[in-house]
Amino acid sequence: MSELEAKVAQAKEKLDQHVRESVAWHFNPETGSPYWLDKAKTLDFNPLTDIQCFEDVKKFPLFEDEDLRGGPLEKWIPKGLAGKPTYVFETGGTTGIPKSRVVIEDHWIDYENFSDTLPDEHFPKGANWLMLGPSGPRRLRLAVEHLAQYRGGICFCVDLDPRWVVKLLKKGKTEEAKAYAEHVIDQAMTILGANHNIQCMFATPKLLEALAMRLIDEGSSVEEAGIKGIFAGGTEFTPQWYRFCKEELLGPNVFITPTYGNTLMGLSCGKPFDPADNYKITYFAPQPRAVIEVVQFDDYNKVVNVGETGRVKLYTFTQELFIPGFMERDEGEREEPIDVYPWHGISGTRPFHELLKTTTVGVY
Amino acid sequence: MLEIPVIRWGKEYESMSRMDVVHFETGETLAQVHEANGGLIKMDMKKARKAREILREFSIQQLVDMCAKAGELYEHATLPLGNGEQDPDSFCTMQSATTGLPEHMCRFNMSKNAFVMKHMGEILDALTRGLPYDILSNGYGMESRGVMVSYQANCNAAGWVLPSNSPGVHTLWLPVIPLQIGLVLKPGPAEPWTPYRMYEAFAQAGVPREAFCLYPGGADKGAELGAAVLESCERSVIFGGLATIERYHGNPKISAHGPGFSKILLGDDKVDEWEKYLDLMIDSVYVNSGRSCISCSGIWASRHTEEIADAMAQRLGPIAPLPMTDPNSGLAAFTMPGAAKAMSGQIDDGCQSSAVTEVTAKYRDGDRLVEKERCDFLRPTVLHVSDPDDPMANTEFMFPFCSVVECPQDKMISKIGYTLVGSCLTDDPVWSRQLLDATNIDRLNIGEVKTLQLNWLQPHEGNIIDFLFRARAFQNSPPPAH
Repeated sequence: MSELEAKVAQAKEKLDQHVRESVAWHFNPETGSPYWLDKAKTLDFNPLTDIQCFEDVKKFPLFEDEDLRGGPLEKWIPKGLAGKPTYVFETGGTTGIPKSRVVIEDHWIDYENFSDTLPDEHFPKGANWLMLGPSGPRRLRLAVEHLAQYRGGICFCVDLDPRWVVKLLKKGKTEEAKAYAEHVIDQAMTILGANHNIQCMFATPKLLEALAMRLIDEGSSVEEAGIKGIFAGGTEFTPQWYRFCKEELLGPNVFITPTYGNTLMGLSCGKPFDPADNYKITYFAPQPRAVIEVVQFDDYNKVVNVGETGRVKLYTFTQELFIPGFMERDEGEREEPIDVYPWHGISGTRPFHELLKTTTVGVY
Repeated sequence: MLEIPVIRWGKEYESMSRMDVVHFETGETLAQVHEANGGLIKMDMKKARKAREILREFSIQQLVDMCAKAGELYEHATLPLGNGEQDPDSFCTMQSATTGLPEHMCRFNMSKNAFVMKHMGEILDALTRGLPYDILSNGYGMESRGVMVSYQANCNAAGWVLPSNSPGVHTLWLPVIPLQIGLVLKPGPAEPWTPYRMYEAFAQAGVPREAFCLYPGGADKGAELGAAVLESCERSVIFGGLATIERYHGNPKISAHGPGFSKILLGDDKVDEWEKYLDLMIDSVYVNSGRSCISCSGIWASRHTEEIADAMAQRLGPIAPLPMTDPNSGLAAFTMPGAAKAMSGQIDDGCQSSAVTEVTAKYRDGDRLVEKERCDFLRPTVLHVSDPDDPMANTEFMFPFCSVVECPQDKMISKIGYTLVGSCLTDDPVWSRQLLDATNIDRLNIGEVKTLQLNWLQPHEGNIIDFLFRARAFQNSPPPAH
């Protein structure tokens, strides 16, 4: 058995153990959430005895994220965590009731784990941060702010309501959407120009591009603005965009790394940059707290072979949240485990082709 | 595999993102185009000034001469294309194979484009109303009548977001290069052939490559790339449907070209001789497979409309799809899945109206919609519409389709709506005056002119000179005392 194979086997055992502990917590009447304790009554198996490893989780029906719409949100809080200060984060919400997720400390833990993957030379400890992404009832803002604080810095934020932008775009008001994006960049430029020792950033690809262009127009650059390290996320972070960023937008001295995640799962890290990868972007879930599978389009319980294309299936096993398989709105190719992440990854993430026609990609 | 790179001010760029350009009948991949990203376009446009500076190193007359030479090369030479090369025959074959236009129509459009390139001097002379070229190059100058005039370029580079379905539209951007303005092209997903061939022809004719950007891309990337071109070019042109026209209406930076709703109007003084004009009417509907915005989609008359519709249907109804290589092939294929079916459904819905009758059905052996494995066809369709207010009286589809509409002459101008080409058959001076004054007709033909018979010395959907240049005041000495 090679060293990598040994690590893969070890990671699998760790995941299985973690799943057993997670099920024991979420389906224990003393500690589980009302939602899952109620759901257990509808299942034709007993999670506490029948789920002994990750593969067993596939006995659960797919998680329907429609259940996340509306209240009472208390149904999601595990009894074992009752009484702790609770956040609510929303996703979507352009029309109708948004999907909500309650969080107690998960966003801190996820981003502390992510922090351990960031190179200190590009994300200096103690440096301040700019969070150039959505504000409002979203996890990202508080998570990035915590990341900055965890690394000894202060996080500066902008006001950005992505729902308003989607509304503008749906009405064909592209000029107004553009003006709104400029308003967001105005805020970022003001912060960067105010002597706040900002060296690190989170940005969405679109906003980073707009900021870099504005700086270039004003005779400066992201590097000259003092930024050393950036992490950005989303399906718009394509290999071509990655290359464009490194070669033309940012230059060789500004580090950028891709991430992939959502409110339910947390944050997946990109494989560390290697010129041999030719800008291919591969993500690995933060196992064992969350798992990504690339599954067949016609059978969501079967993973595709490495190199093949399938839809993204997410699992979350934290003390706060149990998601036994949720179909994300993305697709991609399944990738081999690597040394630092000895479990399967995903590359080429992009919107799921069958849903692409109905999605409006907004400003961020 | 033929690979076609992005062109960034004349430099080839290999992208991480690529799209297959496939043969619509066989599914064979004919080429792979490299796809830019929106940011890359915006970055390039920051250097647009250089394109204009380089072009201004040549006189407009020199560029016009190069344009003529390029027309010759475009039409007859074997030219480089990406990592391969392409002769005129393979150009037509490939264009047909990806756009669904029969090969002989591709060849016809090629000749049309070449004609415009070879006659660029006359076209510029007509569009500028004889303005000395130096005035455009310098920005100001004295006319022979002793008047100082100034024309300032509105942009260093002009962007064109091109369609896949109509190779004839390329004539519209050809004046840009001789006018010393950089050219930015976003080819249609299925039609990279003409922009790349013309680019190569211009370069071989001596035009600096640094004056050109070409950003091909598939349907998935099209919106991002098109938006980047529109956003970053000070002047740009986009082709699309009615929604596109409405979106950019009133935006001085963007000229949106869409459906033409071109028509033939028969005056009361001529309509009794309608049989004399049957060929003119049929050619206006049928030539180029009815795909163009200048194809006729409506024939309006106060009487004899049922007879006109029937006579046209007798000729057009039996026409059926033929292989793309057949010189008699008159119908283009719809290569986008579902498009033909949707259009046919819209026509069927429209025919539910008591004012609408499909006349072609009885002369056609089979359905209007012909579904093949990888493409569809729509067979020619002539409707008779007895009510000018019926929605089907003013409809356009991308195949030989025509509504023959019964409408009193004195109501016609107000009922026809926007009309890109109006071919009006009349000698009535009063009505002619009204037609001349009608602002809803863009290109007006009074006389026996098919809607597709364009004179290239005339402006099309606005004068490109007025779009690319701004007439303004310039003085280098005080005016006479007054």
